[in-house]
Amino acid sequence: MIAASGAAVSFPALSLLIILPIIGSVLVALLSERRAEYVKLAALLTSVATGAISLWVLAAFETHDAGFQFVSRHPWIEPWGISWHLGIDGISLFLVVLTGVLFPLVIAGIDPHHDEKRYLAWLLLLEAGVMGSFLSLDLVLFFLFFEIVLVPMYFLIGGWGYDNRIYAATKFFLYTMFGSAFMLVGIVATALLARNDLGYVTFDLVTLAEKSSFATDTARWLFMSFAIAFAVKVPVFPLHTWLPDAHTQAPTGGSVILAGVLLKMGTYGFLRFGLYLFPEAAVWARPLFLTLATIGIIYGAIAATMQTDLKRLVAYSSVAHLGFIVLGTFAFTDQALTGGVMQMVNHGVSTGALFLLVGMIYERRHTRVIAELRGLQQVAPIFAAAFMVVMLSSIGVPGLNGFVGEFLILIGSFSTARWWVVIAATGVILAALYLLWAYQRVFHGEPDEANSSFAELKPREGALLAVFIAAIVFTGLYPKPMLERIEPSVKKLIEHVEERSDYTQPEIEHSEGEG
Amino acid sequence: MLAETLAGPEIPWLDLGWALTLLAGTSLLLIIGAIVPRWRKGLYATFTALTAVVSFVFLVILWGRVTDDGMASAIADSIAFDHFAVFSLVAVLVSVFLTVLVTDGYLRREEYDGPEMYALYLTAALGASVMIVANDLIVLFLGLETLSLSLYLLAASHRRRTESQEAGLKYFVLGGFASAFFLYGIAFIYGASGATKLPAINDALRGSIDVNSNDALLLVGIGLLIVGFAFKVSAVPFQVWTPDVYQGAPSPVTGFMASAGKVAAFAALVRVLIVALPSRVDDWQPVIWVLAVLTLVGGSVMAIVQTNVKRMLAFSSISHAGFILVGVEAAAHTDSTDAVSSVVVYLFLYTVLVIGSFAVVTAVSGRGDDATSLEDLRGLARRRPMLAVALTVFLIAQAGVPVTSGFIAKFGVITASVDAESYALAIIAMLAAVIAAYLYLRIMVSAWLADSTDDIPIEVPTGLGIAVSFCVVFTIAVGVFPGWLLTLADKATTFLGA
Repeated sequence: MIAASGAAVSFPALSLLIILPIIGSVLVALLSERRAEYVKLAALLTSVATGAISLWVLAAFETHDAGFQFVSRHPWIEPWGISWHLGIDGISLFLVVLTGVLFPLVIAGIDPHHDEKRYLAWLLLLEAGVMGSFLSLDLVLFFLFFEIVLVPMYFLIGGWGYDNRIYAATKFFLYTMFGSAFMLVGIVATALLARNDLGYVTFDLVTLAEKSSFATDTARWLFMSFAIAFAVKVPVFPLHTWLPDAHTQAPTGGSVILAGVLLKMGTYGFLRFGLYLFPEAAVWARPLFLTLATIGIIYGAIAATMQTDLKRLVAYSSVAHLGFIVLGTFAFTDQALTGGVMQMVNHGVSTGALFLLVGMIYERRHTRVIAELRGLQQVAPIFAAAFMVVMLSSIGVPGLNGFVGEFLILIGSFSTARWWVVIAATGVILAALYLLWAYQRVFHGEPDEANSSFAELKPREGALLAVFIAAIVFTGLYPKPMLERIEPSVKKLIEHVEERSDYTQPEIEHSEGEG
Repeated sequence: MLAETLAGPEIPWLDLGWALTLLAGTSLLLIIGAIVPRWRKGLYATFTALTAVVSFVFLVILWGRVTDDGMASAIADSIAFDHFAVFSLVAVLVSVFLTVLVTDGYLRREEYDGPEMYALYLTAALGASVMIVANDLIVLFLGLETLSLSLYLLAASHRRRTESQEAGLKYFVLGGFASAFFLYGIAFIYGASGATKLPAINDALRGSIDVNSNDALLLVGIGLLIVGFAFKVSAVPFQVWTPDVYQGAPSPVTGFMASAGKVAAFAALVRVLIVALPSRVDDWQPVIWVLAVLTLVGGSVMAIVQTNVKRMLAFSSISHAGFILVGVEAAAHTDSTDAVSSVVVYLFLYTVLVIGSFAVVTAVSGRGDDATSLEDLRGLARRRPMLAVALTVFLIAQAGVPVTSGFIAKFGVITASVDAESYALAIIAMLAAVIAAYLYLRIMVSAWLADSTDDIPIEVPTGLGIAVSFCVVFTIAVGVFPGWLLTLADKATTFLGA
């Protein structure tokens, strides 16, 4: 189980994914501010190198192997049983690749307005933290990265955000830390209670999940302590209120990263640490999280409809979309879970691109208020087309990536969480409502004086968006390469849950197999 | 019997080398300082720092001589040598060393350079050390008074600042009150047990456990003793002096009080509770629990409304005291030594953090030591980027963010607490840390995100620069590689075998 798969790894790829951005960050911080071009080059090179390694990992990944690959394990804080244990499987693979690709794009494509050096240093540190969260197979190591992410994100929002940035940054920091407070106690308690079974203290995820068992009530408490941290991070209704503020106030680059990968740390955490460590408790907590997810879907959609600020609208749409992912997670079927994992990546791409577009609108018009924008389609048709594609992907139109994930989630959840799905499905319609309505108000009509000078997409912006749109279309048309890498690990996780609880997944006709 | 007393106990001179060095350093500073009119620039500080280093060498020797199985006592059992003591003593010396480096530039800026402050640091350290090794309540009290009197003087040492005078007087009056409580507590415990030596108290009490017996005398004694300690570690509700004194005292002195003073008081508290009063654990453990909760919550919540950085850090130090109390509470529950080692590790790491923080405040406070409001920190990142980076490291470490020593400290205490099954306390502590984080964020906002209102240049003297750099490197290095420190600290719990 722990052993690495066949692909003999000659160099520690996963460790490099974390260490390279840290080196880059230190390098950027040490370079002189006067040599701005070197600063940018250093940041770009390290993030591109990290991205390249993540792509290499994707290429070398054994498709049908469900276990952890590229495992790297070294003792770290031995007196406490903490190890530097990294590994990747189908669940984390695409999140790692998304992280690896998204950061260089953000660094290359979006300029901060001031203090580029500090901005880039924080951004690279953020990348290391996010990578670490997705790769860690040790509870404390995971906590460490999960928590360290707060610092660069806090400074990015607080330093380069909009008017209300300090309020938003502080709220973000404290909310997440509030969740982590419970998780840290939970992590320590998990390791110490498992000592009864194991005879020694370890924070190793695989050992804890496979070899220890907890009393039912204990496991439920522990699960909830983890769940609070993840629910804040996702965010699950009613812990979501930090998100619209943080998203709206963050600089464009920060919003893209926040929506693209940071929120996924929560949903990923549910899978990797919630379901895997405490299967029985996760099954027990199902109704609660299905309900909250459904409320989140409907609430997020309705709140998005009411927004007057375009960026806030996209932020609320995130609440709704992540509700779908949580729904898929707690439906406990192969299909729904695969869809959930897939949707994590899809949401990162689509919503990341949406924030990028909103950022571009703000650059040109210095406003995000929907009522002040109109008729942009006439003056900037290519821009409008790009916005249209990304928006349709977010709505989940067939042929684009959003559809695959959402469809799998809905169909997979139907057998185990029927009534929740019935309600949640209306969220798909609402998504079409608020996004199309926003599109109509912003892009249709006759441009007034202020909007008539709206600039068309520049080549650099176009190149940046082209990457996103290519990913959207490719995944939408040909999801198989993604699905066949995600599915084995998801199946294994569900089997693990079935083994350790009285839950069994209903049999499904095989013809439905792949969405 | 008289003859026996007069013969005097045997004194292990080598093992006391560290204390004698401190004493000699003090005397030399005062005598030569009085004879030779004015030493050359930085010489007072260099001399004091060297004294601390020599003393440290003696401690290293002592560490090797102390056996692993329990404590060895000396001078007719009145002091104890064990790894716990040596570890805490090192923390005190580190505190002296760093504080001296910070003080050097401060005294020249404030124009009252002289040997007195340095001599007082050394006597304070001596008092703190005596508290740490005291194996007898009377000796403990001697150490406490030596430490306290030195700190009163240090707090009031800036003669041209009325706030400093005020701080000294407040501390003196309230501290004297607390000492009286403490002494009264000793008297009651002596009355109940007939002993003042810690192991003897334990022997006397262990034999007399009787459900129907009247423990009133003893319980009053324990209560008064804990009040005295709670005052010294500034646990809520005995913290009232802390913000005023911390704000008024010269900034380097504040860092010293918050480090050396806390180390000594907590080390003595742990030793008294674990060595002398283990048989009454059911009586004092709930008291510590309540104190811990009040201190954690009180310290963090009251910090929110402050606008002066020194006051904020004072409340943060209160909240840290709460965290350490969580470790003490865990030590009550378990026979496991992890709790005690988590307490000493916390104290050691906090020492470096708090001195570093106050060193930055010292630099920013400017001539007159008055520029310590949040406003004065504005735009620090533009005026002195490296200082802002250092402050940020100290603050996020105090907030308990990983990859800093602060996380290691908190993790140790939380682990001990969870191990003792004090889940509620562990969660309260972590939530208090979240509230406290707001305070650190506010300071960081001023330093990084707010624009500078004035551009008064900030001078960073060499000594202060060295001290801050050391603290930053140490904070991060321990955060990344804490193994060696934890291994050392694991040994530092051997007094439990006594």
